[in-house]
Amino acid sequence: MSASLVAELVSGVLLAAGGLFVISGGVGLLRFPDFYTRIHAVGITDSAGAGLILLGLLFHTTSWDTAVRLVLILLFMVLTGPTATHALAQAARRDGVHVWREGERRR
Amino acid sequence: MVWMLRLTLPLAGFWLVLSGHYTFLLLSLGALTLVIVTWIAWRTDTVDRAGVALHLSPRLPLYLLWLAKEVFLASVAVSRQVWSLRPALRPAVDLTPVGDMSELSQVIYANSITLTPGTLSLTVDDNGVEVHSLKASDIGELQAGEMHGRVRRLEVR
Repeated sequence: MSASLVAELVSGVLLAAGGLFVISGGVGLLRFPDFYTRIHAVGITDSAGAGLILLGLLFHTTSWDTAVRLVLILLFMVLTGPTATHALAQAARRDGVHVWREGERRR
Repeated sequence: MVWMLRLTLPLAGFWLVLSGHYTFLLLSLGALTLVIVTWIAWRTDTVDRAGVALHLSPRLPLYLLWLAKEVFLASVAVSRQVWSLRPALRPAVDLTPVGDMSELSQVIYANSITLTPGTLSLTVDDNGVEVHSLKASDIGELQAGEMHGRVRRLEVR
């Protein structure tokens, strides 16, 4: 009984922390000044946010097949997330999107 | 024909694990999907490179744990910038060398850089990875080479 209570608590803390990171990413997307810095902000949502939420769900589940699927999802997010981000960033770089420097106006 | 098995068997296993519903309708739909995916892979001629990911080092789990720690610390740092009243952003772009890494290691290295919030890989070639970061010291840390060394040690000889 108490073991499942501990699991619930751990799961809750992880889910809340993940949610906080997801929101931080969204706020950063709005607040940061240019394309590249915004990608950094969304990176938090992508990595820490999604990772902690999946980890929290992992502590929540009791069946093996669900756990295996969650781990697979985590693995595929780690593989596909940065690839897509890099594709965006490289396209922007090649297209000559201006890199914002400290002191410039936000665009 | 060997490539076909090397592609379809893992895909079939993957589909079965993800599905979990073993009725005739769903199994036949899965088989149909497999045929279409294999046909696309054959048409686009991307099959040879698909096998690379299977030569993975036994050190990979350890590396992923270390990377998870780095990602978490970096996420906290960037989140603090997000919520601070006046974010102190000093973006920098610079090159971090890849040395004589194999192509696969270059991919792992560049993707690890991107996965870590605060650093972003822009272009990758034999000269190195061009990195955009929220502060110059992040690139300095990459150039110091801890992540580079860890990725390098993943290579199987």
